[in-house]
Amino acid sequence: MTETANENFAHKAGRGGSSDYVTFTIADQLFGIPVLQVQDVLADGDITRIPLAPPEIAGALNLRGRIVTAVDVRLRLGLRSRADEGENMSIVVDHGGELYSLMVDDVGEVLSLHAKDFGRNPPTLDPKFREFSEGIYRLKDKLMVVLDVERLLDYDGAQAA
Amino acid sequence: MDDLLSEFLTETNESLQLLDTELVKLEQNPDSPDLLDNIFRVMHTIKGTCGFLGLPRLEAVAHAGETVLGKVREGELTINAERVSMVLECLDQIREILASLEETEAEPEGDDAELIARLENLVEIAEGKAPEGEWEAAADPVPAKPDIGEDAEVEWPAMDDGVEAKTAEVAEQTTAARTPDQPAAEAEAGEATQSQPEAAAQPAPAPAPAAESAGSPCQPKAPAEREGARESNVANQSIRVSVELLENLMTTVSELVLNRNQLLQILRNQRESEFAAPLQRLNHVVSELQEGVMKTRMQPIGNAWSKLPRIVRDLAQELDKKIELKMKGEDTELDRQVLELIKDPLTHMVRNSADHGLEEPRDRLNSGKPEIGTIALNAFHEGGHIIIEIADDGRGLNVEKIKNKAIRNGLTSESEVAGLSEQQILQFIFKPGFSTADQVTAVSGRGVGMDVVRSNIEQIGGTIELSSREGEGTKFTVKIPLTLAIVSALIVECAGERFAMPQLSVVELVRVKGGSDNAIERIKDTPVLRLRDRLLPLVNLRELLGLGAGEEETAEAGSGHDADTGEETDGFIVVSQVGTYSFGIIVDRVFDTEEIVVKPVAKILRNIPLFSGNTILGDGRVVMILDPNGIASASGELTLAEGEETDIAKRTQERDEEDVAMLVFRSGDNSPKAVPLGLVARLEEVDMANVETSNGQRVVQYRGQLMPLVEMESAHGLEGEGKRPVLVFTDRERSMGLVVDEIVDIVEEPMRIELTGERPGYLGSAVIAGKATDVIDAGYYLTQAFSDWFHSEASKGDGAGDGKRVLLIDDSPFFRNLLAPLLDVAGYEVTTAESADAALGLCDSGEDFDVIVSDIEMPGMSGYELAETLRGKTRWSRTPLVALSSHASPQDMERGRAAGFCDYVAKFDRETLLDTLHETLNGDFAETRGAA
Repeated sequence: MTETANENFAHKAGRGGSSDYVTFTIADQLFGIPVLQVQDVLADGDITRIPLAPPEIAGALNLRGRIVTAVDVRLRLGLRSRADEGENMSIVVDHGGELYSLMVDDVGEVLSLHAKDFGRNPPTLDPKFREFSEGIYRLKDKLMVVLDVERLLDYDGAQAA
Repeated sequence: MDDLLSEFLTETNESLQLLDTELVKLEQNPDSPDLLDNIFRVMHTIKGTCGFLGLPRLEAVAHAGETVLGKVREGELTINAERVSMVLECLDQIREILASLEETEAEPEGDDAELIARLENLVEIAEGKAPEGEWEAAADPVPAKPDIGEDAEVEWPAMDDGVEAKTAEVAEQTTAARTPDQPAAEAEAGEATQSQPEAAAQPAPAPAPAAESAGSPCQPKAPAEREGARESNVANQSIRVSVELLENLMTTVSELVLNRNQLLQILRNQRESEFAAPLQRLNHVVSELQEGVMKTRMQPIGNAWSKLPRIVRDLAQELDKKIELKMKGEDTELDRQVLELIKDPLTHMVRNSADHGLEEPRDRLNSGKPEIGTIALNAFHEGGHIIIEIADDGRGLNVEKIKNKAIRNGLTSESEVAGLSEQQILQFIFKPGFSTADQVTAVSGRGVGMDVVRSNIEQIGGTIELSSREGEGTKFTVKIPLTLAIVSALIVECAGERFAMPQLSVVELVRVKGGSDNAIERIKDTPVLRLRDRLLPLVNLRELLGLGAGEEETAEAGSGHDADTGEETDGFIVVSQVGTYSFGIIVDRVFDTEEIVVKPVAKILRNIPLFSGNTILGDGRVVMILDPNGIASASGELTLAEGEETDIAKRTQERDEEDVAMLVFRSGDNSPKAVPLGLVARLEEVDMANVETSNGQRVVQYRGQLMPLVEMESAHGLEGEGKRPVLVFTDRERSMGLVVDEIVDIVEEPMRIELTGERPGYLGSAVIAGKATDVIDAGYYLTQAFSDWFHSEASKGDGAGDGKRVLLIDDSPFFRNLLAPLLDVAGYEVTTAESADAALGLCDSGEDFDVIVSDIEMPGMSGYELAETLRGKTRWSRTPLVALSSHASPQDMERGRAAGFCDYVAKFDRETLLDTLHETLNGDFAETRGAA
């Protein structure tokens, strides 16, 4: 996982210190995922529940003939699931050859961010957030958490640790 | 044409083509060892295959060619144009024979002596036996073909024109031989060697004329054009395609099938649509396409069997058995992938049959069977599945042996086994950790057991069943899907969610309705269904999947669901079968069956054993595919849930429960009482009028003796009239009767006795036949009748313990508490240990005993192991050991003796135990203790 992080840093440095992120919000917090990792953005769809699965696994859905596993990022981050019945949005990412759709509150825009605005996680950050956050970007008006998708979906590693 | 032959033709033609090119390359680079190796290898393969197929003529020619190449490879022969030509000529001859082989399916008659002689001459040159110069002479075919007709002879001198010319010609031929424009090439060749166009067309001139003159069918004097057209039809009709390409094609078609299903589903919901007609056509085309692509992957099962005759033959030699392998239905086709996956399991099962199943010829004759054992393989299609049967007419499986082995290997406990049918016991051979052979032989017992076979078969969605009759043989029936890519599945609904269930494991569907004939009944909370003459265990999918009786339940409360209890009264039961275990799955609704493409579930979900995959249905929704095996184990099929720690823990716990036959009776109060049946000699009825009093004790005349009578609750008194049942306990000449009120039943079941030990005369209580039952202490009443019951024997001086020390090892507190007092009153000094380890501890701590009585079935170290350990090197190596077990079959005794036990006593056989102890102590081992 740290490798991924390092790669990302290297990648940022290599591109003149700028990289693109798809942003989204969960519980009013801004998050970002490197744009290259994003396969698709979906609106609320027909999701099949999967019994006996971990609670944050919302179910499975059909994306153009491929089965995508939906993960409720709120629950994964240790937040309560969304109280209001608002439309969810999902960001589809590839993880180890399998597609996962990350259910978030809202998907924002694509931002091009500079490495100089990037910083490490503050040590006081909530442990769940610290686990899945690669670092923080300081934007003009708010802070954006870079979500570590690999770690978010790496259940084996989490169990081992 | 025979598949094998046509495959051989295709392959050999390919090889020949390769050789042609390589040889030409070799001529240009005579020093390339790689090239040479390659050529030699290919030639060798051709020769080998010819030999394998029984084509002597081809083999001889190929062999001669190979020998030459071998010499070249060893550096004994240098490569030059003439020699290459020779080899090429040899190839052409092979090709010629192949062509005729293709046409007539038999080797043409003819003689290759001349060619072979020339090739051999080359070898001789290499070996220095023949001078180099002789080659030309040898090449002169005239002396080599005295049997060839006149005209041929006339033609031959033309070949002497020069070696160079001939080489060129042959080279031309070889290229020509493979190309469609062969006629033209041949014409050229013909021109080049005007005098023998025929010979040019025939790459192997020598035998050709010979055959011709002999009128053999193999050399039809057809025009050159026809020859060309005939050139390896088989080779041209089939192409080699990589399996990967086919797999991809299959995946694509699978997706197409799904899409079609989706479209058809949409169509079904629309009454009238202009798409109807084209969609129907699409439907047909896709079906055909699917079928076609499936066919490309189909291979006859005979391919998986092809190695078996050889294996069986070798096994027969090795084991000194006579075995006949019968194969039926070799041409039954199934998916390549499936075929690959069942190859090993099949081979293993056949090995097993040969090794364990079939008896030695002598034993067979003794049991009135033919000397030659038969292993029969049979394959056939049955409704979308392929059934493969592997049957032998050997000794069959020994249920008793399997039972004991399963217990010994800790796969089950005695108590569990007692409740199992034979069929269920046989299933143990499929459990991990069970090896069928007593001894590991070279043939089987390589650590690959039937469990691997079973899991391999289950992996591909198949099932394996087993039937065996002792002395008559064993039959395995394997049922596997034709293909893995697309399976037919039943779509069911539970708590508003849909699931797919592989059709293969669905036996039938039962609709249940409260109050009707088909209703779910409950034993405590366990739902069951009466299905014809069986009681079918049921699992509720809703509970299994943790799909709570949430909104769904209340919403449908009015329509069939019992809202109060949360139990369904209406619904469907999917009767499933996993191996021989049948069970029903309760679902809410059943839809139709649909063809689905199994896709693996996401990694995160792999640890859920109830799902074997997921798929997309016709309507585009994702559904989970239920795994019947997973459901069976989750629902508690006996020991199917292997390796789960909780299960093991439970099993160890259960070992305390022994399967015991108990006599249940009533006496005094209403609560049932029980005594181990083994302690009771007889049941009698005694007329109370006959009860007399002697020496202050109630007695009755019984079999010419006075038998004291004891009543459990003496308050009752033994007055009055009428007959009352009496349990008679006897020991040697003495008997005593325990008067009871009523004999209730004899119950044989596993039970756990909770010891209280507070009341005299009671060992404790146990749940017997579903009721709390007091277990009485027979020993207590014995001493009541005869205060000297045991001591009397001691005084006789022959059956007494004489204060000898006995170590009693038994994991069951019940037995320890039952036997210890008995031995105690018999005059022994008893020490108990609850496990083998505890006993070894006593040994280490310096305790000494005169005799050790040990249970066999114990958790951890078994009695056998204990005996072996003790006999090994401990201080107790000479202490007599008596085995105590509820199983006392001859095999058990044999095993016990082998392990070092002096004797083997069945549990509850108190008399024998005392006798045995007495004999053991006063017999061979008595001297160890000396005068004591």
